[in-house]
Amino acid sequence: MSDHLPVLLVVVPLIAAPIAALIRSVRLSWLIACGASWWALYAAWGLLSRVRGGEVISYALGGWPAPYGIEYRVDAVNAWVILIVAAIASVATPYAYQSVRREVESDRVSLFYSAWILCLTGLLGISVTGDVFNVFVFLEISSLSAYALISLGQDRRALTSAYQYLIMGSIGATFIVIGIGLMYIMTGTLNMMDLSERLPAVMDTRAIPVAFAFLTVGFSLKLALFPLHLWLPNAYTFAPSAVTAFIAATATKVAVYMMLRFFFTVFGAAFAFDVMQVDLILLPLALVAILSTSLVAIHQQNVKRLLAYSSVAQIGYMILGVSLASVAGLTAGLLHLFNHALMKGALFMAMGCVMYRVGSVRIDAMAGLGKKMPWTMAAFVVGGLSIIGVPLTVGFISKWYLVQAALAAGLWWVAALVMVGSLMAVIYIWRVVEVAYLSPAPDGDGVAEAPLAMLIPLWVLVAANVYFGVNAGLTTEVATRAAEILMGVTS
Amino acid sequence: MWIDLPPFILLFVGGVLAAVTRGTLRKSIMLAVPILGGLNLIGVEHGARFQYEVAGQTLTLFRPDGLSLLFGYLFHLAAFIGNLFALHLTDEEGATLQHSSALLYAGSALGAVFAGDLITMFVFWELLAFTSVFLIWARGTERSYRTGFRYLVIHVLSGVLLLSGAIIRAQETGSIEFGNIGLDGSLGAWLILISFGIKAAFPLAHNWLTDSYPESTATGAVFLSAFTTKVAIYGLARGYAGTEMLVYIGAVMTAFPIFYAVIENDLRRVLGYSMINQIGFMVTGIGLGTALGVNGAVAHAFNDVIFKGLLFMTMGSVLRQTGRINGSDLGGLYKTMPWTAAFCIVGAASISAFPLFSGFASKSMVMAAALEEGHSIVWLVLLFAAAGVFHHAGIKIPFFAFYGHDSGIRTTDPPKNMLVAMGISAVLCIVIGTFPEQTLYRILPFEGGYHPYDVTHVLTQTQLLFFGALAFVGLQKFHIYPAELRSINIDVEWLYRWVAPRIVGGVGSLVSRIDGAVRGTAVSAARRVIAVGSRDHAGEGLLARTWPTGSMLLWVAILLVGYITFYLAR
Repeated sequence: MSDHLPVLLVVVPLIAAPIAALIRSVRLSWLIACGASWWALYAAWGLLSRVRGGEVISYALGGWPAPYGIEYRVDAVNAWVILIVAAIASVATPYAYQSVRREVESDRVSLFYSAWILCLTGLLGISVTGDVFNVFVFLEISSLSAYALISLGQDRRALTSAYQYLIMGSIGATFIVIGIGLMYIMTGTLNMMDLSERLPAVMDTRAIPVAFAFLTVGFSLKLALFPLHLWLPNAYTFAPSAVTAFIAATATKVAVYMMLRFFFTVFGAAFAFDVMQVDLILLPLALVAILSTSLVAIHQQNVKRLLAYSSVAQIGYMILGVSLASVAGLTAGLLHLFNHALMKGALFMAMGCVMYRVGSVRIDAMAGLGKKMPWTMAAFVVGGLSIIGVPLTVGFISKWYLVQAALAAGLWWVAALVMVGSLMAVIYIWRVVEVAYLSPAPDGDGVAEAPLAMLIPLWVLVAANVYFGVNAGLTTEVATRAAEILMGVTS
Repeated sequence: MWIDLPPFILLFVGGVLAAVTRGTLRKSIMLAVPILGGLNLIGVEHGARFQYEVAGQTLTLFRPDGLSLLFGYLFHLAAFIGNLFALHLTDEEGATLQHSSALLYAGSALGAVFAGDLITMFVFWELLAFTSVFLIWARGTERSYRTGFRYLVIHVLSGVLLLSGAIIRAQETGSIEFGNIGLDGSLGAWLILISFGIKAAFPLAHNWLTDSYPESTATGAVFLSAFTTKVAIYGLARGYAGTEMLVYIGAVMTAFPIFYAVIENDLRRVLGYSMINQIGFMVTGIGLGTALGVNGAVAHAFNDVIFKGLLFMTMGSVLRQTGRINGSDLGGLYKTMPWTAAFCIVGAASISAFPLFSGFASKSMVMAAALEEGHSIVWLVLLFAAAGVFHHAGIKIPFFAFYGHDSGIRTTDPPKNMLVAMGISAVLCIVIGTFPEQTLYRILPFEGGYHPYDVTHVLTQTQLLFFGALAFVGLQKFHIYPAELRSINIDVEWLYRWVAPRIVGGVGSLVSRIDGAVRGTAVSAARRVIAVGSRDHAGEGLLARTWPTGSMLLWVAILLVGYITFYLAR
């Protein structure tokens, strides 16, 4: 079976999704979703342990060899992303049960889980495949199911937010497919490795830079790079809490992975950064993203919206690492991919617990929650410390590597701006903490601690925030290996 | 030496236990922990250990050597005296919070001085701020709450600078080990120096000290005066010994607080200013960088913890017994608080560096080192500062609190534990001052062979104290003739309240005008930046509102055209 792991990783959830929709029992469809995500985690771990040493798994779908058939190709880079997606899903799905029962109408719950599994399938598929058109197909699977999931939010604005996301996301996907089409016209192939061999011959044409431009904009939209992030805050704010926790921790990460794969593997770092010099645009945009959206986050009154803006800033950190186009920078970006999934997952889950008990996530609704929901708010504090980048949390590891990479590139002012971003995070996290711990609670609203079924997944992520902040051996090893593969450095 | 363990661990355990225990058990823990920890340091082997590899860098939790051990002993001693002094606290006074945070605070200070690398140092550096701020907040007033926040912000900022400097140094040298840094023109070295400077209350960065210490609790100020600034002195001595700039910074620090101290009414704030003045001597000694200079600096740090702690304890006792601390509200307390008054005079004599008191044994080292290195102008400034200390700390504190005009307050000496704590400090002041070569000089980090009690040193110091002593003796004489007491009192008060403010206040207001202008410009610039930023980022600002889909698409189009143009131009 282990030979077929790459395809089973995707096929098992793909089959589970319609079953969950057909069963129409809340508990059973939830169990199926749990099973699918745990299976994905098992498969992801199996794949990662095989490619950790630098090996590459190539799997020909249906026995059709590449470049004629679809190839699934796993190396340390995508095994890493797959692990992030599967791990977050394995924690978020158990968490979702209580939260979804409260926030989604009961006759839609089984459909909800069906969309949930489909979204997971799409994200895993994008990551595992070595075929550019297959990327587009899975992108559509994950995006369409994400629109559906977001539209199920309680607030009526969820529908318009999902609609706006639908339009922007579809434009992004269209741009990506236009880019892929142009490449196909020029080379006649869709296989990534094949493309990377044939593209150099046609680099001088007009079509390839235009394809590159369409792809850059498409990815920027999908990963919400400033100023194409405008769809994200509303989508994250009005989606059901569990959906926000899941999507915020995974979807943008996979989009970052797509960008990395196309830039570094398909086009090659030399073309993207030396010829096209994409870093000249990405670096300023990343810095503006960090500073501008952190400032917006400071002024937010709705904590989910605050965290959404903070996510855009954090994506800025990842893209900043990428734009340095060095092993150190990529390592920092890939580390933050994982670390940010842990911290934002924990923070959004904590807000889900608040939503479950209080029914609102506005800052003024947090008054006195430090006493009434001690575990939830303690989790929020640890997650917040991690976002700030306090030592002993994963956030510190990310910032440390990022600042090191910036200094190694001689960009000390970039390192200074990263520090400024951290200080701004102190402010927006503190605003919540201050109200939760220092404002007196309104009397007699009967707010109690969130149910254990939500607290346990939340604290698993919180513990991971601390564990990987202290023992960063595994994460730095894999991230460095992945960065070396992307840069084409063999160690 | 029984167990080889980083000393902060015992104190942290003590801090946690103090939070969960009550009554006699807690009292014995609070006294036993610093004693056991201090004894455990005796005969400890030098050398770095408890090293851990994290992210390719070596973290060193325990690095005892001559310099760090001196501070190690000192902090255990200070924690013991401080705990003894605070032993009587009741739950209404926030005993649990104060006891627990004091032990954690002492533990953080120990962690910082025994840290062998800059990252571990940074962690404890921030812990120092987060544990100590509760000693300010425990006062429970609106002012102390606000002051505590200002204190916290400044110290977190100092920590961020330290971390930034550490990262830059790691980049440049490949190591985060904390050894001699020195100003080699690199940004990292500057950032770390500024970070240390903020904690050491360098001029223009000193306000947190005089702002926060007077607002802390009566017992909390004793801890605050002992640890934070001394950790910074340790950092400077380790990293920047021999940096010439520090000689001048130190000289300025000794001189300028005098102007403020003389016109200040809150006696604990007067002590705050005199603290900056004493730190100035240490900073100068470190800047000189010779064995004598650095020895003098750390020896003075040692003595300062004891005599400044003693003075803060006496003023804390006054505050506790009378509820007042302003010089104008106090006076005549020697009748009802005789012991406290006597201890205060010992502390005042020590800080003024009277021969046979501890300040003399260390301050004269720094001044001798300045002369040896040919810094005669600096030496003159130090001389002036030493006279100034005598004026505002040596005379003003005991005089206004315990003598002067009788305020009519009738109270008693404070509880036994407070008296014993003050007594221990006072005895230490005299013993160290009288037999420095048998006590303090043995644990100094460098070989010296310095003898304070030769003719020149004693004579210089005695001459220096001559004018002050004359006034003091005159005052005493008029006390013998009660008929003229009133006029003398008015004379002395007039000196402090009318002449001095007008002479010194002129200089002082100039200093504070410049100070205020520099600060004001910076603050208003920061305000403008925030205001401009907020316009687009707050509420329904350009970047914070929900955009119509069409406008988002406009951005997509702009970026697409931009990218295509950019790429095709390559």
